[in-house]
Amino acid sequence: MARTLAMFTDTSLCIGCRACQVACKQWNELGMEVPEWTGTYQNHTHFTDQTFRLVRFIEEPKPTGELAWLLMSDVCKHCAQAGCLEACPTGAIYRTQYGTVDINQDTCNGCRYCVSSCPFGVVAFNASSGTAKKCTFCNDRIHNGLGPACAKACPTESIQFGFRDELVARAQKRVETLKGMGFKEAQLYGADSNGFLGGLNAFFLLLARPGTYNLPDSPKLPQRNVVVDSLLSIGSAVLVGLGALLAFRERGQGGGDA
Amino acid sequence: MSLSRRDFLKYGTAAAGAAVAGGGIDLTPVEAAATSLRIKEAKAFPGVCPYCAVGCAQLIYVKDNRIVDIEGDPDAPHTEGALCPKGSSTYQLSLNERRITTGLYRAPGSDGWEEKPLAWMMEQIAQRVKKSRDETFVESAKVGDKQVTVNRCEGVAWLGSSVLDNEENYLIAKLSRGMGLVNLENSARLCHSATVPALGATFGRGAMTTNLIDVQHADVIMPTSNWAECHPVSYKWVMKAKERGAKIIHVDPRFTRTSATADYHVPIRSGTNIVFFGGLIRYAIENKKYFHDYVVAFTNASLLVDPSFKTPTDLDGLFTGYDAGKRSYDQSAWKFQLDGNGYPKQDPTLRDPNCVFQHLRRHYARYTWEMVERVCGIPKELFLKVAEIYCSASGPDKTGTISYALQLNQSTNGVQQIRSLCMLQLILGNVGRPGGGVVALRGHSNVQGATDFGTLYHMLPGYPAAPLQGPHQTLMEYLEKTTPKGGFWVNNPKFVVSLLKAWWGPAATKENDFAFEYLPKREKADAYSHQHFIVGMHQKKVKGFICMGQNPAVDSPNAKMSRQALRNLEWLVVVDLFETDTAAVWKEPGIDPKSSQVEVFFVPGAPAAEKDGSITNTMRLAQWHVKAVEPPGDARSDAAFIVDLGNRLKELYKGSNAKKDRPLLDLVWDYQPQGPKKEPTMELVLKECNGYATHDIADTEGKLQYKKGEPMKTFAHLRDDGLTACGNWIYGGIYPAEGKNLALRREKAKGGDYLAHGWGFVWPANRRILYNRASADAAGKPWSEKKKLIWWDAEQKKWVGHDVPDFPATMAPDAPRQKEGPFKGIGGIDAFIMNPHGKGQLFASIVDGAFPEHYEPFESPTKNLLSKVNNNPVAKVYDIGDLNRLGTPDKYPYVLTTYRLTEHHAAGMSRHVPWLSELFFGHFAEIGTEMAKALGIQNGDMITVETPRAKIKVRALVTERIKPFIIDGKKVYQVGIPWHWGYQGVMKSARGDITNDLVASLGDPTTFIQESKALLCNVRKGVA
Repeated sequence: MARTLAMFTDTSLCIGCRACQVACKQWNELGMEVPEWTGTYQNHTHFTDQTFRLVRFIEEPKPTGELAWLLMSDVCKHCAQAGCLEACPTGAIYRTQYGTVDINQDTCNGCRYCVSSCPFGVVAFNASSGTAKKCTFCNDRIHNGLGPACAKACPTESIQFGFRDELVARAQKRVETLKGMGFKEAQLYGADSNGFLGGLNAFFLLLARPGTYNLPDSPKLPQRNVVVDSLLSIGSAVLVGLGALLAFRERGQGGGDA
Repeated sequence: MSLSRRDFLKYGTAAAGAAVAGGGIDLTPVEAAATSLRIKEAKAFPGVCPYCAVGCAQLIYVKDNRIVDIEGDPDAPHTEGALCPKGSSTYQLSLNERRITTGLYRAPGSDGWEEKPLAWMMEQIAQRVKKSRDETFVESAKVGDKQVTVNRCEGVAWLGSSVLDNEENYLIAKLSRGMGLVNLENSARLCHSATVPALGATFGRGAMTTNLIDVQHADVIMPTSNWAECHPVSYKWVMKAKERGAKIIHVDPRFTRTSATADYHVPIRSGTNIVFFGGLIRYAIENKKYFHDYVVAFTNASLLVDPSFKTPTDLDGLFTGYDAGKRSYDQSAWKFQLDGNGYPKQDPTLRDPNCVFQHLRRHYARYTWEMVERVCGIPKELFLKVAEIYCSASGPDKTGTISYALQLNQSTNGVQQIRSLCMLQLILGNVGRPGGGVVALRGHSNVQGATDFGTLYHMLPGYPAAPLQGPHQTLMEYLEKTTPKGGFWVNNPKFVVSLLKAWWGPAATKENDFAFEYLPKREKADAYSHQHFIVGMHQKKVKGFICMGQNPAVDSPNAKMSRQALRNLEWLVVVDLFETDTAAVWKEPGIDPKSSQVEVFFVPGAPAAEKDGSITNTMRLAQWHVKAVEPPGDARSDAAFIVDLGNRLKELYKGSNAKKDRPLLDLVWDYQPQGPKKEPTMELVLKECNGYATHDIADTEGKLQYKKGEPMKTFAHLRDDGLTACGNWIYGGIYPAEGKNLALRREKAKGGDYLAHGWGFVWPANRRILYNRASADAAGKPWSEKKKLIWWDAEQKKWVGHDVPDFPATMAPDAPRQKEGPFKGIGGIDAFIMNPHGKGQLFASIVDGAFPEHYEPFESPTKNLLSKVNNNPVAKVYDIGDLNRLGTPDKYPYVLTTYRLTEHHAAGMSRHVPWLSELFFGHFAEIGTEMAKALGIQNGDMITVETPRAKIKVRALVTERIKPFIIDGKKVYQVGIPWHWGYQGVMKSARGDITNDLVASLGDPTTFIQESKALLCNVRKGVA
């Protein structure tokens, strides 16, 4: 297993230019989509089979009453415990040697379980190919010594690419700096490998609560929720949970800081 | 400067690779990459992004003669491999179903295009040009009682382009002047023309003073433009400074993506920047925050002005010498008191009441914080806070950077708004120093280059003035009147004569004044600008128009009138990639094609990726791009069109004995067209711009210095005797030897050379930060260790440091003023070598004032609170009757400002690009929540925005980011509208009403740039 790679999106450096969104389209040869009225600069409203990077524009008053325009480039989180991967019945969704999560387009049968299993609404179905699509972490590029197209294009290094452990260390330092500068709510999202979903391999630095960015505070694997709801015994739930975890490992774990 | 994060992205260093034991990420370079990477076997060509003037270097990957990928060049020192969304979509400029690849012809009155072969198109175009030229040529004119040769053709206009290459602009300037054209412009007129006289008159050159990379060294940065949105990749240097602890103060009417990253957003009412900067100048002076030693050494603050000179403080809004009948100033009192040697008298204590500094103090005494609050709408506490922070960026250890763009330019006070910020930078000692400077951010890739190469009515390549029929009848008269007595411009005769030699070769001889007579002479200064000739088309005086890489149907002020003007033409040639709104003007929605008799020729062009040439970015960096693929079908470079047209015209006029045809027939025009599409050899054009010896030249000792035909090594070797030819002296040295093209160099920044002198070529002479002599004190020592750039090395007896000195290399700091020679009038402390006295000019003669004085925009919600003179008393108001009515606040109560967005480009190149057109729903206006509520407008409602010129329908984007101002105690709402849209575009979201229809026909008195940032409008819900 190789050392885990990650993308760290530092929203405190984001200028909302959408270079990432377009660079992604160019490299991955994705098509244009008809935009819709969102009431802000944002387009599109959510991830689709043609939009793998999406810049969110959030107007929010600061605690001081001043206006903040929060800008955030969102992407597939490449979760260490990935709902899509667990839900995939054909094994088309797999974990690469670098810890990223990719979809094998040749073996995807288009069942869309992954679409509903993603706690972040990242995976989308492509009607013409009949397969599921999402950010590949520019799988072809990282296997050839290049960073992902979005990170390369980013003018302000808001999207950083590198080894996960190094990025996490850098991110933690950055949070401290920002707190020192008065950004009281500065926080990391998904950096902790002991936290939710075993940590995200695309993690974020946020300047406000996750909910402000339309991110769940504590995302869970949806199928586990289903399991928990259907079982009355907490003990059974724990057993099943363990089972799920074991199965998950067998399927190619490697998402944490190896 | 740390490059670590980027290093990782680039190539994965050997060290990083070794750290990963077996099975780690394979960090082999791209060339040796493994499977399934589509650029694996592709060839990478050096490219330059064709959108804005950050000039992001690209790599264009080509496989099987097809572009497979375009991305940033990670070695580029100013961009580090990044691209914005426009740059990231460059691919779709080449590979795009909407590209037009054959000639299209629209017959008069026809309702459709016909496809035509290129040769037929070119022949027809040449004939139309000849016909209109012959019909409207003015060979001589009466000046006083004398009949003088003027050699000008007034019936044809040519719009060159700030998105074309340097060489292409040069060819346009040369051919059009050879034809006698005076109506010659490029889009720089409408975006940054005010920059040139403002920076020129203050510092000596009309160009950004610093280098984008150096912005990271600023202690405070004050963008007065929407830097993050309009020039995103260069904003990395602002963010790097911020990460280091620099404060960011964003001054803008709106809260934008730049404000989102700033420490302070300072909302300012559009068109009131002189009050803001004047307030800061006053604050710095009254609180003694200015950099005294710098001001005394390097500015003209200590020079004594003629006692009869008075400022608007004394004369209630006017300077001495105003003539209301002529709407102009007699500037005879705007001069210095001279000593026995003809040099201005000085008072280094700055106490003499007639010294520039005391004038400056008195002039801005009225610009108090109260005035800033009442006029600009900036609350007192906020103004005083940012004044304190910005003025702290001064002195030996600290510097501050200010950026600006169109909010300052596009105004009837455009030149003076920019000058006011330049003056603030001068008194704070922020010019020529690391982390200082004036960052002029240009929106088109080659605004700087197109300006340098003179596709502008008022100047020739390299900035000599385009001659006027009255004062410039002979070469001697012209040189005498346009050459100052001191400063580096004393070399003007060498530049002008070398230019004439480059254009007319053997036909330019000493005996015939080097063919000076051939140059078209302008009738007057108030003529031939973009707005002038659009009005001329409307009035059917201008009959033919060549439009390259610009879209006046959308970008002209008073655009609705402008489109009618285009339809009134006899013929129109559009050279472009896509069917622009201008090309389609005869079939604009709502217009009956039969009603327009204009004959239209659409000639398919090629983007940068498909041709050779250089582009000069906003920091004077010329970068060469190499043709990566052949343009499709009949499409070819713009240079091929220009050279072909020139050759055909020469052929049509062959055998003519008419005097008027000699300039065209004698024009040197051999660019060795190659291949089936007759593509000229662009390095030949570059060499001509650089300069070459027309004969063998011996040096002072009689040794052979240059062989005939050899490129000049430097502009310092140019001569006024005809032995040298040079198309653009400021680019001297870009091609210093046969085959050595310095614009093509791409050497990574090495060692401590953070300014990356091995990357491309920066004019002049590869100096990356202008006026850098000022980075050392009067004695030549760095002001501080922290802010050192160049300094005097007494042992080596020369200037040394981190940049090429913008100063005579061996002139000691204590050297007296030179009495003659190329640096006449310049001494060891004269850092601003282009200016007549070598000083940064706080006091300078601009047509509307020696100091910037505030006047309200012509449409304003208030009268002028600073004086009884409401509007710029010498501004241009175009006389086109009802088509140019102005609004008053009773009927048009809202302040309207126009702007652009990151994702779109100017008048619409981006509207043909699917990946960009999908990023916005469509045309919109931004209005504040409070105003929307008052008008019953919900976010997303369709609204009508109206001025006396036009009304447009757009969708309302209701946002907290747009706030009202309190102006003189009254609440004033503002409306913001981006201006990218038009009736052509790839999808519905790319099409919409034309914002510039709302704009009036007004002009700054110096450059005739329009007032499109501060207007009045009315807004109502619905579109009925």
